[in-house]
Amino acid sequence: MSAADATAGTTRRPFTGRRVRFGDVVLQLVAGAAALGATVLVGLIVWKLVDGSHLALSKYGLGFVTRVAWNPVVGHELYGAGSFLFGTVITSFFALLLATPFAIGVALFLTELAPRALQAPVTALVETLAAVPSVLIGLWGILVLGPALRTHIEPWLHSALGFIPLFGPPSAAGASIFTAIIVLAIMILPIVASISRELFRGVPSELKEGALALGTTRWEMVRGVVFPYARGGIAAALILGLGRAMGEAIAVTQVIGGGVFIHWSIFSTGDTLGSKIAASYQGASTNLQAASLIYLGLVLLVLSLVANIAAQWIVRRVARRHGVTRGGHA
Amino acid sequence: MSTHDLSGPGLRLDRLPRRRRVNHVMEGFAWLAAAIAIAILGIVVWSVASKGWSELNLDLVTKSPIPFSLTNAPQGLANAFAGTIVIVGLATLMALPVGILVAVYLNEFAPPAIRNGVGLVLDVLAGVPAIVVGIFVFVLLVSGSGQSGIKGAFALAILMLPFVARATIEVLVLVPNSLREASLGLGVPQWRTTLSIVLPRAIGGIVTGTVLAVARVAGETAPLLFTSSVVGTQTHWDPSQALQTIPVAIFELSESADPKDHARAWAAGFILLVFILFASLTARWLATRNARKIAGR
Amino acid sequence: MSTTIEPVMRVETRRQPMPPRERLEAIFHVENLDAIYGRKAAVKGVTMEIYRNLVTAIIGPSGCGKSTYIRCFNRMNDLIPGFTQTGTVRYHGQDICSANIDPVAVRRNIGMVFQRPNPFPKSIYDNVAWGCRVLGMKHELDERVERALTQAALWDEVKDRLKASGLSLSGGQQQRLCIARAIAVEPDVVLMDEPASALDPIATQAIEQLMHELKGEYTFVIVTHNMQQAARVADMTAFFSISHGGEGERYGELIEYDATEKIFTAPSDKRTEDYVTGRFG
Repeated sequence: MSAADATAGTTRRPFTGRRVRFGDVVLQLVAGAAALGATVLVGLIVWKLVDGSHLALSKYGLGFVTRVAWNPVVGHELYGAGSFLFGTVITSFFALLLATPFAIGVALFLTELAPRALQAPVTALVETLAAVPSVLIGLWGILVLGPALRTHIEPWLHSALGFIPLFGPPSAAGASIFTAIIVLAIMILPIVASISRELFRGVPSELKEGALALGTTRWEMVRGVVFPYARGGIAAALILGLGRAMGEAIAVTQVIGGGVFIHWSIFSTGDTLGSKIAASYQGASTNLQAASLIYLGLVLLVLSLVANIAAQWIVRRVARRHGVTRGGHA
Repeated sequence: MSTHDLSGPGLRLDRLPRRRRVNHVMEGFAWLAAAIAIAILGIVVWSVASKGWSELNLDLVTKSPIPFSLTNAPQGLANAFAGTIVIVGLATLMALPVGILVAVYLNEFAPPAIRNGVGLVLDVLAGVPAIVVGIFVFVLLVSGSGQSGIKGAFALAILMLPFVARATIEVLVLVPNSLREASLGLGVPQWRTTLSIVLPRAIGGIVTGTVLAVARVAGETAPLLFTSSVVGTQTHWDPSQALQTIPVAIFELSESADPKDHARAWAAGFILLVFILFASLTARWLATRNARKIAGR
Repeated sequence: MSTTIEPVMRVETRRQPMPPRERLEAIFHVENLDAIYGRKAAVKGVTMEIYRNLVTAIIGPSGCGKSTYIRCFNRMNDLIPGFTQTGTVRYHGQDICSANIDPVAVRRNIGMVFQRPNPFPKSIYDNVAWGCRVLGMKHELDERVERALTQAALWDEVKDRLKASGLSLSGGQQQRLCIARAIAVEPDVVLMDEPASALDPIATQAIEQLMHELKGEYTFVIVTHNMQQAARVADMTAFFSISHGGEGERYGELIEYDATEKIFTAPSDKRTEDYVTGRFG
């Protein structure tokens, strides 16, 4: 907007000159400082985490990331992110796998099937699910979902499909990776659904009519026209959902039970990067342990930054391709 | 819908019944998915409401907690309610001006390259997990000097910032350029134009964005675990010390074995949920009202 | 062959003479059709027949409900919320608008080309082949695609770049691609809603030529706001106009339907005469 600045300056009468421009400079500096601060924040976060985990970084290096160990016993201290990284990856991927068909289903329902009167309320309800705080979902998970799964679903699945190592014997506590997966799926469903819904709504109706006029069914039209058109955006939505699942700590720590090992059974307890950190909030016994915990946070940060940046890049690329432009500005 | 196929000379209806079946199955699945999503919401809300109902009384808000209590002495979460109000309030005071300033800079002053760059950074910041923000503030401020309410508020403010900034930008973009040009053409300096003409026009969207941001952080637990969780049972309002908050209290109660603790967790959760839903609905209502106002003008 | 309309117009036609009336086979019988959006009727009281292997044109001023009317033939109006209709549209004797007829089956046999070209964001080949694949016509796909593109007078221009995106073609080519797409699935009838209105004269001519050559295989119904086009291309012409009802209501109505030559040289209704001589509309 410096162009307007210049013209405004030249049309101004001389005796109002300097004082007026001072205000502009001040505002621009202050606002610019805020913007700079926001930009610097992400870098600062990375830097401070590196700084805080320095003890563990220097001692273990990158081997920490894959080591499966967490022994706080003084004299035998050994830490590693391995089992927690495994937990994060397993819970997040399965949660995404579970949530995606339902999220797409909801989005399709809202754009293709719902009668006019239902569209607004159902959309509002799905978005309300996103507003429920994670600690409440976790509370519900510990006290309602976990026990219900433990009593009814897990034994049945174990007896029916126990030959697959994925479905081992249910844990005693009622806390399990399985519960965490379901909780995470519930939490990311609304995000993926609402982004998908926006994408599907953006498919031009001429394209859809062109397909239907050939005599295809609604589903064939969706598969042939809507999905390919929205493909890029859906990918971004999935990655964003994945990132959200990876970063969720509170609800997961409430339902997952804890443990430092790599089990293939989703019915056993476990831990993720986020849940381990949250479980240790009351303090670390040694500086090395504290540094290791922060190292865990650093690994989590890197993971979610990668996911987030990938999603944002896809979003911007898709927007450019479909010719979306931003509105007016100074 | 039962169908009766067209018949007639040379008409082609290859495989139609099978295709229709597939279509029906997929449509049914979509309906099911929507029903499940709503059902889950209903189940969670119902659980919170029904299980919290019994403990929902004035004591919850007025009495202090008595940890490890074996008696039935009345107790509550007064310290958590007080702390939440203070911390969330402080967080809003921190995030709001900064968020607005960032938005003003991006929309009114910044060249496109910076707009896009900082916009990207804001979107990335929005994706940083809350627990990582908690650790960050821990390392930055708490390590070595102790927890406090204001440090917790700072962590929450970091979470709120991208929301407020984004919401403000969206509404600044809607302010027509003709308004700015009219003011500048009169000789009004740009800073005055921005503060007196553009921002007031955008206030509706800013309020909506703020309410939504508040709704989001009111329920955040993770950032507070490391910045404001070592608390006593007394109710106090001093942010220079660690304050208890409702989400953290629920978190701690949920891990306890005492069913009475659980009940109090449900009750506090109920109040939290009602507040958040109310805030979200208000924001939505405000947003539609603003949209109508802008369209009407 | 040219026909003098009146001293006002002189138009080239490509039509051959129609077979005598008795040998015409009606495939659509429309009876007392009212097409209604919400509360307002778009057209009212239409009764007419469409004959096999002819080109039938629907002409009239804008706003007389021509597009709405043509969309009644393939149930495309179902996609518009708030749409209802009364009366019947019989296709080979069956009322295609009744509740127990599947619109998918209707559209399978009655194809449509839209006003603005709407090719899919797929390759040229896939644009034509996709419909065939989905509808179960998978054998000899390459031949089908080639035949459709040839019939649409597009094959020579695209045969070397079938993998290119359909969107990389010019407007006229895209519309011909849409025509190829529609006829690839071998419909009985092809409905065209102002197919050339977004195109330049040369592209328009190509499409008119197409209709002329293909009407032996298909039946065409074309909506056009261009009278000369109707005169050039159509065997039968239906003239719609805007009528006024009680309470300021406006709706479209079929005024006259006859052989094109008659409509343009000796119309029976004064309103038709006013329109074709350019006195209004």
